[in-house]
Amino acid sequence: MTEYFNEMFDGGKVRQPYNGLDGWMREMPSELRAMKQAEAEALFRRIGITFAVYGEGGDPDRLIPFDMFPRVFTQPEWRKLERGIKQRARALNAFLLDVYGRGEIVRAGRIPARLVYQNDAYERAVSGFIPPRGIYSHIVGVDLVRTGPDQFYVLEDNCRTPSGVSYMLENREIMMRMFPQLFRENRIEPVDGYSDALRRTLASVAPTKCEGEPTVAILTPGHFNSAYYEHSFLADLMGVELVEGPDLFCEGGFCWMRTTEGPKKLDVIYRRIDDAFLDPLCFRPDSMLGIPGLMDVYRSGGVSICSAPGAGVADDKAIYTFVPEMVRFYLGEEPLLENVPTWQCAKKDDCKYVLENLSELVVKEVHGSGGYGMLVGPKSTKEQIENFRHKIEDNPENYIAQPTLALSTTPTFVEEGVAPRHVDLRPYCLVGEKVELVPGGLTRVALTEGSLVVNSSQGGGVKDTWVLAE
Amino acid sequence: MILTVNHVTTYDYDAPMGAAVQSLRMFPSRFEGQRVIEWDVSVEGGLRGGSFRDGAGDRVEGWSIRPPVDEVAITVKGQVETFDTSGVLRGHRELVHPMAYLRETVATWIDDSLAALAEEAVAGATEDLNRAHRLSAAISEAIAYKPGATHSHTTAAEALAQGEGVCQDHAHALVAVARCVDLPARYVSGYLFATDDGTPHEAAHAWGEIWVAGIGWIGFDPANKCCPDERYIRLGSGLDAREAAPIRGITQGSGEERLHVTVALDQVQQ
Amino acid sequence: MLSRTAENLFWVARYMERAETMARLLEVGARIALTPSTGHGYRSEWESLLQASGTADGFSEKYGDPVQRNIESYLFFDRDNPSSVVSCIERARENARIVRTAITGQVWDTLNTAFQEIRQIERQPRSEWEITELCEWVARQSALLRGAMDGTMLRNDGFFFMNLGYALERADNTARLIDVKYFVLLPSVEMVGSGLDNYQWQVLLRALQSYRAFHWAYGGELTASKIMHFLILNPASPRSLISATRKAMHHLDNLESFYEVEPGTGLPQMRAKAIMTELNQTQVAEIIDEGLHEFLTRFIGEVGQLTALVQQTYLSGDAR
Repeated sequence: MTEYFNEMFDGGKVRQPYNGLDGWMREMPSELRAMKQAEAEALFRRIGITFAVYGEGGDPDRLIPFDMFPRVFTQPEWRKLERGIKQRARALNAFLLDVYGRGEIVRAGRIPARLVYQNDAYERAVSGFIPPRGIYSHIVGVDLVRTGPDQFYVLEDNCRTPSGVSYMLENREIMMRMFPQLFRENRIEPVDGYSDALRRTLASVAPTKCEGEPTVAILTPGHFNSAYYEHSFLADLMGVELVEGPDLFCEGGFCWMRTTEGPKKLDVIYRRIDDAFLDPLCFRPDSMLGIPGLMDVYRSGGVSICSAPGAGVADDKAIYTFVPEMVRFYLGEEPLLENVPTWQCAKKDDCKYVLENLSELVVKEVHGSGGYGMLVGPKSTKEQIENFRHKIEDNPENYIAQPTLALSTTPTFVEEGVAPRHVDLRPYCLVGEKVELVPGGLTRVALTEGSLVVNSSQGGGVKDTWVLAE
Repeated sequence: MILTVNHVTTYDYDAPMGAAVQSLRMFPSRFEGQRVIEWDVSVEGGLRGGSFRDGAGDRVEGWSIRPPVDEVAITVKGQVETFDTSGVLRGHRELVHPMAYLRETVATWIDDSLAALAEEAVAGATEDLNRAHRLSAAISEAIAYKPGATHSHTTAAEALAQGEGVCQDHAHALVAVARCVDLPARYVSGYLFATDDGTPHEAAHAWGEIWVAGIGWIGFDPANKCCPDERYIRLGSGLDAREAAPIRGITQGSGEERLHVTVALDQVQQ
Repeated sequence: MLSRTAENLFWVARYMERAETMARLLEVGARIALTPSTGHGYRSEWESLLQASGTADGFSEKYGDPVQRNIESYLFFDRDNPSSVVSCIERARENARIVRTAITGQVWDTLNTAFQEIRQIERQPRSEWEITELCEWVARQSALLRGAMDGTMLRNDGFFFMNLGYALERADNTARLIDVKYFVLLPSVEMVGSGLDNYQWQVLLRALQSYRAFHWAYGGELTASKIMHFLILNPASPRSLISATRKAMHHLDNLESFYEVEPGTGLPQMRAKAIMTELNQTQVAEIIDEGLHEFLTRFIGEVGQLTALVQQTYLSGDAR
């Protein structure tokens, strides 16, 4: 039986960060709890935060379940995480700048050339280009899990367009409305500085040709996209336009928005669409979402694109193994956050080990996301394991494996009262003129008892994440 | 050799169209084999956009035309002095790692026949340079030059199966087989000056380049069974014809498009 | 403001107004169906409603003969009919969702609530609803939206574009409603001035919720020319063509001053002004001379052109 670290209870004792919640939890009558839960749901629905799940069809207006029990970090715990995350975000950006330039890390033999240059996410079209301030990934989402009081692991990095930050902000907003006394009694670091920080970050990477205050916009695939709510939410908070491909056009070396007063020059695009759909002239010729000529404008310094096209090569699961190496190579520091040990099925020995130990491991597709195409060995049937064995044997390059981590639990409201459920954490690191991180992040919780899969597409929920002030 | 180029590409439409956007890769590469005396690219009624040199060393320039568009006419005029470098792309500045040219694309997809041809051609050859020459010869052999036998979307595999094609098919097939034996390879577009005794190839031309460790990129033209010399002007490269295309463009609207091209290459008598 | 945002706002208002018109048409039909027929049968009256709403072809393809129940379903609930009340409300809400941040919470609430309620209504058995109740519900949603806009929105371009959408849609819809009465409902010219004629005018006035207003304004006998004056030329009548045109012009002026453009120089304004000038100089007798149907057709065409100019100038983003 695996021992899971419970973030609130150490045996019968309440751990210090949760002191302020113990009484609250015990004194809340169940009717009040039900009422508050319904109130929270109504608020979410009213605001319109919903999340459509890919491939599941059904109600596009479905809500992600919100758990009212906050997840808490102390100031020292957080400071340690913060340093580690910033370090990682800097290293990932240094790596991107390098591999689209001279590729020193490859020349030095620290990362195999094949892994970088033959990677599908390596974008030849941007090689040789130095984006403003040399930054490729402006918003780095680092997925973390905890296995003990001082033990954190990085599960994966998200260098393209990590989503979910609107939940971090809205969860807090709703908790403050429903339980103001909790915020009076506990000193909790605010997260609402995020939108200003994001705006500053984006403005700080305005292109070379931009004079004066840069115009920023968010580029969305459109209102049918499952994350559309988040796009419009962020645009609104930052006070910038939310644009779709057809709202933009390229002319004279600049990118323009179609407005009621005629064309308006756009300087920084925070894009929430994939590289492949940015510019039909450069990438997929059949893309209806893209803006013809955008890459030419980008490369000639007429507009900035955040994150930069090609940033995906840094968050590839095969590259992930080498992030600690990047920290040492570029920053000359020892990594503050640990990677989960990872077996590459592309390597013969690794693959053999993985196939022999499938029932113990978590196996993931190299390019997969959202918890799809994933095997959790200890939680799977013999049949599922055998099915997966065939998939790996057919295409070993496509898989990596990791030990099943003993994810920490935090108290969560369930049908019967309060019970421990497994959680992870995604903080959002902003990289621009400064590298910054708001104190908090998105805590995802696996609501099903015993489940280790926290993805919202697989029955996961979200929690407010607190960092206590000193 | 001093070559003059006069190249006009016209797209016209049977109905007025929306805006047109072009990305042009029509500037001679900078390397020891060629030196630009003068060169001018213009789009009639168009607005010049941004211009830059990409990681592969190609100069790219964006253009756009405001609606309504009836016709897009792109004119290239220039004079280049060329030298024979035996196909070696010496002195060319680029940043892209050769290994980035091992990727397959739709047009250069490797099927069993291409793989078999590649294996047979290099059997027994150990040196990369030798292997590259053998691959080029094998492609010249396997695909006969025949205009009109293929179209712009024909893949390397299809051309090989058919056994005939034009320079685009030769170049696609060459880069496909080279990658098949782990030699980085790319598609190159440019011009070819056909001398009087030469076969009547079109002046707009395409060939392949193979990376040979220790030497660098070397051009091979299976269509003419040679390596590029002073009769060639190199413009740009890519994984396949689409990526290396001198003109990439989109014109909005549903009108029928007609393409008309004239290329004149002349040698300046000295 | 992004042209697309302006376009979405413009259409929120248009769809809501269109939903209301559709409901009013249904009300006209239901009332006529309640009175004894005068010879030509009730079938052709329903038929004419379909024609007026521009949905006759779609309907006959799906259902064949015009039966009241089917017509009600088609005009109110059917998603295959792009002009049905349900379609219009859904589209109004969807357009609002896209530009959620350009409207106030209350405006969004109104539209979202209407959308949620109509889903409720759909789930209940049809027999539980009287069509007139449903029509009143639609009119109420429309009024709530206008109230929320007036009460909470900033007076900026977004507000002006929404109101412009309302005005242009209303001008077009009212003209079509009058046209039904005159051209379609009344089977022959000899019947002008007959009992049936007057009765149908009454129904139309009621449907426009203008019956009492009309009496306050005119008094005495109900005559065709008084009613025409009321619905077309009287600036005191809120749904008259002249009121709708004036409202469109007003919001075009607002846009100009908001964008700090020299007043009266925009193409849409010039066109709106021309339509207005003509209406100001028109007498009912002249309309009768020209033929009411001909007059209305011309008016609808002019409103269409004005809408196209608005599209070109503001909503396409191409104007420089």
